[in-house]
Amino acid sequence: MYDRIKCTILAVIIGFLLFSISFAYAGSNQISLKSSREIARVTPGNKSVAPVENATIPAMPSLFPGTLPIQPNEPVSSSITPSPVTAENTPSVVETVTSITSSAEQTVTPAISSPERTETTSESTPGTEEPSVSSPLPASTAVATPGTAETKPKEEATGEKKIDTRWFKTERTNMLVAIVLLSGFIVYFIFSAQRGTELFVRRIAGLSALDDAVGRATEMGKAVLYIPGIMDMDDIQTLAGLSILSYVAQKTAEYDTPIMVPTSRSLVMSTAQEVVKESYMRAGRPDAFRPDNIRYLTDDQFGFVAGVDGIMVRDEPAANFYMGCFYAESLILAETGHSTGAIQMAGTAMPSQLPFFVAACDYTLMGEELYAASAYLSRDPQQLGSLKGRICVRLLSYSVYYWDVYLKLQVLHLLFISLILNNGGLSII
Amino acid sequence: MKREFPMLITVIAGLGYLLFYFIPHWPFNLIGEMFQSWVIVISAFAILLGVGSLIKVHGDRISRKTEGWPYSIILLSGVFITAILGIWKGVDVGTPFDYIFRYFYSPMGSTMFSLLAFFIASAAFRAFRAQSREATMLLVAAFFVMLGRVPIGELIWEGFPKIASWLMNFPTTAGQRAIMIGAALGVVSTSIKILIGIDKSYLGGD
Repeated sequence: MYDRIKCTILAVIIGFLLFSISFAYAGSNQISLKSSREIARVTPGNKSVAPVENATIPAMPSLFPGTLPIQPNEPVSSSITPSPVTAENTPSVVETVTSITSSAEQTVTPAISSPERTETTSESTPGTEEPSVSSPLPASTAVATPGTAETKPKEEATGEKKIDTRWFKTERTNMLVAIVLLSGFIVYFIFSAQRGTELFVRRIAGLSALDDAVGRATEMGKAVLYIPGIMDMDDIQTLAGLSILSYVAQKTAEYDTPIMVPTSRSLVMSTAQEVVKESYMRAGRPDAFRPDNIRYLTDDQFGFVAGVDGIMVRDEPAANFYMGCFYAESLILAETGHSTGAIQMAGTAMPSQLPFFVAACDYTLMGEELYAASAYLSRDPQQLGSLKGRICVRLLSYSVYYWDVYLKLQVLHLLFISLILNNGGLSII
Repeated sequence: MKREFPMLITVIAGLGYLLFYFIPHWPFNLIGEMFQSWVIVISAFAILLGVGSLIKVHGDRISRKTEGWPYSIILLSGVFITAILGIWKGVDVGTPFDYIFRYFYSPMGSTMFSLLAFFIASAAFRAFRAQSREATMLLVAAFFVMLGRVPIGELIWEGFPKIASWLMNFPTTAGQRAIMIGAALGVVSTSIKILIGIDKSYLGGD
């Protein structure tokens, strides 16, 4: 507890320092933007005004997986006719900078993430999703082009660039409420767990069978294969997968069973090495740790599948774990593992891949069960408290959702009744 | 301090992104950009880390002449030849790099992806065996959905597409939404746990 307080104080101090640096950095950018605009204003329509390079704002990232980042605008033709600000494209709190007359101003990007962009990526064809694994950047950055294509014509048509000067994105109020609510529940249940309240968590078959799977591998004298998904460290499913890896590695260290962790990302490899090393040290077997068993294969989605399939066929591990974010490769991996006779456990929050894992694996952690794993396995009161808090919010969400559905049904029912009454009573039935 | 320092970085970066998400005003709108630049730099170095691991593992195999070591020579040759040609001749259309991409890399990727069709058939065969009540329900549902989604199904009976649409729009969507709501809350709560330092398992701790 003392460590955490110390850590928090340090975090606040370093945070202030970091934000100071960012203010300074932002300040220099702001000045150059302002000066470039002034130059453009005094020489309207003058194409000879040189664009200011440092006024360009690069791609901004998205906060949550699946959403698209804000993309920098490409230079627009200077022949665009300036047009007045319209009510629909300019919220009252958003300040319109100016109409564009020079390329110096065309590099200013509105800092609003539009809802349409989020929807663009949320739609997917089951089994055929292919992440942009060839890019070293996070997936959210690599798929930014469609969003730009949607927004660019509108901006080109109006010829306006806006800077969002609001202090709060009102369209994200619901998210803030959800976070506050969730945090409140989590803190409450953590404190109640610390006071000694017994928190019941239902049995999760997939997690209870982890020990059995490692035990089986030990009895057969074979290795355990663990795959923490194919996405990078910016994906929360990868973090959840690494949490479970910590527990599995400790078990393999205790049973003296080799564990192989092929990864699709170098950062994941590095983190997995640390996680496994720590687990071996915790089990009192640092000498048994083999860093070469946690290795990087390739960033390419199907290249990775080929590599892992090769390991499965050659080494025939007795237990295969697939915990993390998977796309179209899920079934190829799971079916190859099944053909080698290994006991298989999978966990993912990708709804489109769950049926494949359910069909091909012995146990499957579905959606939130993957995130509950660290609390379930550690039995730490704080973690269990946070799990309980989440369950409460989930119940609340479901209640709100079903209440909404119920209300809509009531409205439909009333409409139906009114239709009947307006069309001659019950004779139409 | 070995564990506290990475935790500090996590907390600061997480809070920074949180502020960036909710506050569009200057200078918070630049925090995300700044972190993103750092991620790009770190990712560039991480590629070297991955390639280093690849060379070390396969170099050891070759030097020790372990089983299948000639394949390691092919792999390392592929890595170096592609990288050298890409750096030397560029990556534009018509370059040797482009040739390797088109005629080696893409067909191999397509081959792996095409395996999915066969695996779907074998997985479906196992999943649809009517061994229990649930499996029988799945079989019946799959029967209607598959027939409803192909033209011959509509020729046999017009009701097949309607039943298939209903199954996909209502029971399937309801199940998917339940999973998605749970998963979304899981994401938020895991993020909060990591931010406030409860969950340290990604650092190798409990």
